[in-house]
Amino acid sequence: MLDFSILTNYTDLFLEGLKITIIVSLIALICSFILGTLIAIMRIAPFKLLNWVGTAYVEFIRNIPVLVIVFFTFLVGNFGGMIAGTIGLTIYTAAFIAEAIRAGILSVPKGQMEAARSTGLTYGQAMRMVILPQAIKIVIPPLGNQFINLVKNSSLLAVVAGGDLMYQGDLISAMTYATFDTYIFVGLFYLIITIPLSLGVNFLEKRMARSN
Amino acid sequence: MFKTKNFMKIALVSVMAASFLAGCGGDKDSKGNSKDVFAQIKEDKKIVFGVKHDTRLFGLKNPSTGDVEGFDIDLSKALTEEMFGDDVKPEYIEVTSKTRVGLLNNGKVDAVVATMTINEERKKEVDFTDVYFDAGQSLLVKKGSKVKGIEDLKKGTKVLAVKGSTSAINIREKAPETTVLEFENYAEAFTALKSGKGDALTTDDSILYGMAEEDPSYELVGGTFTEEPYGIAVKKGNKELVDELNKALKSLKESGKYDEIKDKWIKN
Amino acid sequence: MDFFAPFIEVYTADHLRFLLEGFWVTLKVAAASIVLSFIIGGIVGTLRYAKIPVVSQMLAVIVETIRNLPLLLIIFFTYFALPEIGIEMEITAATIAALTVFESAMISEIIRSGLNSIEKGQIEAGRASGLNYIQTLRYIIMPQALRRMVPPIVSQFISLLKDTSLAVVIALPDVLHNGQIIYAQKESYVVPVLVMVSLMYFIVNYALSMIARRLELKQI
Repeated sequence: MLDFSILTNYTDLFLEGLKITIIVSLIALICSFILGTLIAIMRIAPFKLLNWVGTAYVEFIRNIPVLVIVFFTFLVGNFGGMIAGTIGLTIYTAAFIAEAIRAGILSVPKGQMEAARSTGLTYGQAMRMVILPQAIKIVIPPLGNQFINLVKNSSLLAVVAGGDLMYQGDLISAMTYATFDTYIFVGLFYLIITIPLSLGVNFLEKRMARSN
Repeated sequence: MFKTKNFMKIALVSVMAASFLAGCGGDKDSKGNSKDVFAQIKEDKKIVFGVKHDTRLFGLKNPSTGDVEGFDIDLSKALTEEMFGDDVKPEYIEVTSKTRVGLLNNGKVDAVVATMTINEERKKEVDFTDVYFDAGQSLLVKKGSKVKGIEDLKKGTKVLAVKGSTSAINIREKAPETTVLEFENYAEAFTALKSGKGDALTTDDSILYGMAEEDPSYELVGGTFTEEPYGIAVKKGNKELVDELNKALKSLKESGKYDEIKDKWIKN
Repeated sequence: MDFFAPFIEVYTADHLRFLLEGFWVTLKVAAASIVLSFIIGGIVGTLRYAKIPVVSQMLAVIVETIRNLPLLLIIFFTYFALPEIGIEMEITAATIAALTVFESAMISEIIRSGLNSIEKGQIEAGRASGLNYIQTLRYIIMPQALRRMVPPIVSQFISLLKDTSLAVVIALPDVLHNGQIIYAQKESYVVPVLVMVSLMYFIVNYALSMIARRLELKQI
């Protein structure tokens, strides 16, 4: 039914693509988590200028296509497709993660901050040692969702010759003329990553709901 | 009350959406199955050519005027006039290297005049006319680049091409040490070259001349290392259309009109 | 001053008109897909909520598979792979089809969880007043659920509008595609073009999200 020889003849390309997809997604996840946390803190810090910058970033980036961001980083920067794609994905995902983290921080009762300050901690220390750890627990399920989105969005590297799974699939289908079978295999490879993640996030969400 | 108004709005918009979709699909009868394309052209009084919209000198859409201009367009106009006089009007639809054969087969275009190289593989899928232009694969580099020819494409260099093109396949064979990066179309590949993502761009010299004309800080190097004879493609089995196109092409060459068109666009 | 020169060169009436033509295509494609995916997603989501044996499970598998695939893959598949098994579509139809398939899966999840969020007590109350299952669904569950679903659905519409940009890879003449044609002319055009394209998306999407926020406030 499906031509499995495509899989066996091009295993190295498929695996190379899979490897790049996973690496890019992981790096982008870590970087957008860091950037997202920074932006979330900027939005709730008691400094009007920081608030404004953070909000502007989130509102602008969330409302434009990620492909536009990737094209921008690719064409304007001096990077190759893979790095430009990773940077673009980071910029985009950070905006969403910032929102999730901000929601998480805001959901921690106000009393916590006051209590922490009254024991002598500075704003920064209170954030780091009291508020953020509690916020992060709430934030993990949406973070998981963003990771799944990242893996799916990483397919954009195909458009800037980034060497990911989707790119390899394009090359293979051009070489074999068997577009249907090739893309089915590509889809299966993506599902191998995203479905376990999806089940994991579901599991976490149920556990969070129960612990409430 | 809330839900009735909602359902009404949804019903109205979905009827609009459905008719929009229906309009999308059926704007031209598919000419394909057993009807002879040449006869159909005479009956409809129009011939639909598939041309490139993104290839300077051969088929390029002008974003300001909305017209498509190039050698392929002018040649096909001249051929139409030669074959039918004023009886048949030429029309133009965009094709890309990926879509041109499909659009021929489903009848949306009658003939493809789109920098298409004649080769044995393709002859299995479509019928070609005689050669209407001789091109060859070459390299485009920034002036002053250390790449002067295909021998300079050693390990560590990067060559840009269009996904799935014969140029991409050829360059991997002829310069196996270089890294090949493939993009969706020539515009993206050239934009990538201009952003420094590669040392050279490879495709037919005819197409590269268009890019060099657009940005004279780029030049062709190394001459041509393959032969790419262009032909007009028609759906398999339409011998009459092929014969008529060949006759018209021959008489354009004999009358000098072919050279006129060629000199207008190809200035090397 | 040199920095602004490319901007002035790019923002001509012709170029802007060209971009707006592309944006009009973006809007039309998005609108068609939104309507279709709301209908299909609504039906699928409700069927899954109703927990009909076999049907609901099959739908669950289909929906989960689609939701977990990249939209770019679905677009490529619809336009380049389906012709191999005889399903040929032209660019606009393929884009709408691919977007609809993906977004329907997304919307069906929103609808399903929206319905699930209504407490069981409501169903029991409905049945107790003599309504059958479908009537309970229609008059009691749906109205409340729909109100809760408005924010995530509008947010999904915004996503859809952005996702139409992916169809540049199959040469859909949308705003990004037309933008590419403009900046193919000169490398310095890239930034002005992408800024203008981003602005167009931003204005529409920001307005949509403001409307969603208003609707959200009204419900309380």
